[in-house]
Amino acid sequence: MNPIAHSPHAHAPVSIGKVMGTVMLALTPATFFGFWLYGWPAINLWAVSLIAAIVGEAFAVRLQGRAVRPALMDGSGILTAWLLAISLPPFAPWWIAVLGSLFAVVIGKQVFGGLGQNVFNPAMAARVMLLISFPLEMTTWVAPAPFGSAHAPGLLESLRITFLSQPLDGMASASLLGHVKTEFTRGIGLEQALTGYYSPMDMLWGSRAGSLGETAAVLLLAGGLFLIARRIITWHAPVAMLLGVAVPALLFNTIDGNHYAGPMYHLLSGGLMLAAFFIVTDPVTSPNTALGQFIFGLGCGLLTWIIRTWGGYPEGVAFAVMIMNTVSPLIDQYVKPRIYGRDRKGAAMPVKKEA
Amino acid sequence: MTTRRVATCCGAGLPSGNAVAKLFNLRGGVHPEGRKELSADRPIRSLPLPRRLYVSLQQHIGAPAIPMVNVGDQVLKGQLIAAAQGAVSSSIHAPTSGVIVALGDHPAPHPSGLPVPTITLESDGEDRWIEMEAVADPFELSPEDIAARVGAAGIVGLGGATFPAALKLNLSRSSGVQTLIMNGGECEPYLTCDDHIMRERAVQIVEGIRLIAYAVAAKEVLVGIEDNKPEAIAAMQAAARGSAVQVVAMPSMYPMGSEKQIIQVLTGKEIPAGGRPADIGVLVHNVATAFAVQQAIRYGRPLISRIATVSGGAIRQPCNLEVLIGTPVQELIEYTGGYTQPAARLVLGGPMMGQQFTNTAVPVVKGTSGVLALTAKEIGQTEASPCIRCSTCVRACPVGLLPLEMAAHIRASDLSGAVDLGLKDCISCGSCSYVCPAHIPLVHFFNYAKGDLATQERAKLKQEATKKLADARNERMARIERERAEAAAKRKAAREAKERAAKEAAQKAQDQAATETA
Repeated sequence: MNPIAHSPHAHAPVSIGKVMGTVMLALTPATFFGFWLYGWPAINLWAVSLIAAIVGEAFAVRLQGRAVRPALMDGSGILTAWLLAISLPPFAPWWIAVLGSLFAVVIGKQVFGGLGQNVFNPAMAARVMLLISFPLEMTTWVAPAPFGSAHAPGLLESLRITFLSQPLDGMASASLLGHVKTEFTRGIGLEQALTGYYSPMDMLWGSRAGSLGETAAVLLLAGGLFLIARRIITWHAPVAMLLGVAVPALLFNTIDGNHYAGPMYHLLSGGLMLAAFFIVTDPVTSPNTALGQFIFGLGCGLLTWIIRTWGGYPEGVAFAVMIMNTVSPLIDQYVKPRIYGRDRKGAAMPVKKEA
Repeated sequence: MTTRRVATCCGAGLPSGNAVAKLFNLRGGVHPEGRKELSADRPIRSLPLPRRLYVSLQQHIGAPAIPMVNVGDQVLKGQLIAAAQGAVSSSIHAPTSGVIVALGDHPAPHPSGLPVPTITLESDGEDRWIEMEAVADPFELSPEDIAARVGAAGIVGLGGATFPAALKLNLSRSSGVQTLIMNGGECEPYLTCDDHIMRERAVQIVEGIRLIAYAVAAKEVLVGIEDNKPEAIAAMQAAARGSAVQVVAMPSMYPMGSEKQIIQVLTGKEIPAGGRPADIGVLVHNVATAFAVQQAIRYGRPLISRIATVSGGAIRQPCNLEVLIGTPVQELIEYTGGYTQPAARLVLGGPMMGQQFTNTAVPVVKGTSGVLALTAKEIGQTEASPCIRCSTCVRACPVGLLPLEMAAHIRASDLSGAVDLGLKDCISCGSCSYVCPAHIPLVHFFNYAKGDLATQERAKLKQEATKKLADARNERMARIERERAEAAAKRKAAREAKERAAKEAAQKAQDQAATETA
């Protein structure tokens, strides 16, 4: 007979491994699309990221004297590396992936005490570190070169791109956000900057220059809806983040269309869709309650829009998320559910009897 | 407010009820796999008369009953064998006729399996009832009389809390109850005993409900039944037709059978923190209790048996049994054909709030609603992993607590922090533990903390009492000292006064003598 166990004597068929696995499943369509769009270098980069995360996490856990197997089997480190990988430029060199992954799982997570203890979203922390430390490598974009197209790199060539940092002539391209930012600094208005460069349909489907798996807004949205349907995440943070970007974008675009891009442009560019459904919904670094998550998402969205619009960087998602991560405990401090039989302040409800 | 009026879901595909009820929203709750199908279609069967019955003296909340028999005594079925002791206690009656063979300790239906005082009765096989006082028209009795008879019959809440029913009736009458709610929720997975008692004994239950309503002068009577029991709803509605008793179908959700939740869904009211249902004019009784009340008032039969579900993946023939109080659990399991495979865990009650037991010699008590033999697959619990703060527990909590934060405080031995977060409002329903993907035994944390808190509070009370006594003693000692000093001072003053007077007198005499000689 087993030792005495406490109720409940039944458990829902869930586990952390299953949760992480479901999120990875939801990421698969967008990731595969990225593989197709950017070819072998993208696959190399993704694989290198995951391997580095597994090795780095195993090492860090071993150093702490904890069991390695369960820490790796929960899948959280792999998911972090996956999220980081698809936010990288697809032709980035291997050491960017390795450095980023190691930073994410070791500094971003294990140093704080492991799963559930970190303050910042590890993938976003790693991305920000890379962006600040290696701005050139992190902003070298390529135009899509899908498998089968004329300038798609072959396997051997792709190994040279990823592992020998061999540049590829004639394929460099700017991301939309970067392009618009550059044009603004040259005094060129939005309408002119976007002419011939911006097609909402391309934005939706993601066949444009950008990060490995960030460009296909539709596929990320589908993955997010799948997670909501499977009750892994709730709608609060994603919807709030999209609103946080779309509302000010609409407002300012209406006031001055030549200086402020509209909501569709913002919603479909950069890492917004990825962040809305896969980053701000990170349970560890976001608030506990539905209202708290809504506030958190709204803050992430607003800050993203502000950084994109007035900040020095073309893209603001990673910075916005990290700033809001620091606010998350504060939100939890003030936003709590009302307890049964008590008012919002926690005082017992008065006894009111019917006459 | 989390509660708001929603469209009633009463009666979809069911016979039209005698009431159109409005339901209110609940927060949280979970939908554990029901597993009621195992025993749902098994009518209540009576267990054959056991040879020996182990009647525990502690079958209710409150002080244990005091035995009224001695070893060797012949008793009749229904005879009082242990009397209630104190206010929150309940009488116990002989479940069958026979001889008292032992007054001693026997393993209790508790996870510890520790022995408790128990009366052992050897059955004589005749099952002869004691003479009982039947009542032709119970509604001619006074409400006080009904409560007294319910108390004499040893009836306790059969939903699991085992609070003495008569006490609840008296408290409710004195505080003025508007609404009587009959709990037919039975939200625990596996259990179908309330379902079946409602299906098979609806007429008696409705009479019991009307008696309770009469005894507390309730203005409104609602019977809440989860909508996964359509036969029970139909049977109860048919039995209630033409009476003031309203049968209401409620959504199936755990913990709908909890007092707080059933009140909320049926009336929209919440019991103030730290309060009782009577504070908002509500009284809640279980449907099986109503049956026991009817039997006691109408026929004078004390509570000596109950319906229990025997189920679980390891039980060969899950079923509902009417069993005598004191029957060893082993006999229930054997009667249902024994195990199909070794049970990974044995549980008394339902899987969400029931208690594990390890010794099958433990007896059925008044609060035993189920005997479950679960397989490892059904338990589904594995090693706990770290909390990822996913807040699934927050969404599941029907009380509005933050289980993950409370557990973090308790882990850090910060009990007052956990109390600030609402530890004392936790109803230990287990919803949070059930849904936790990290398999953290949250309820275990909370119950441990509640126990620790109670110990601390007791220690504090004791310390305060000791301090008070010490202060009183110090004060007394000081007073005695002071009085002694005062008395001494008084004595001294008196002596000095006397001496002075004597001296003065001597002086005077001397002076006089001097004058005289001069």
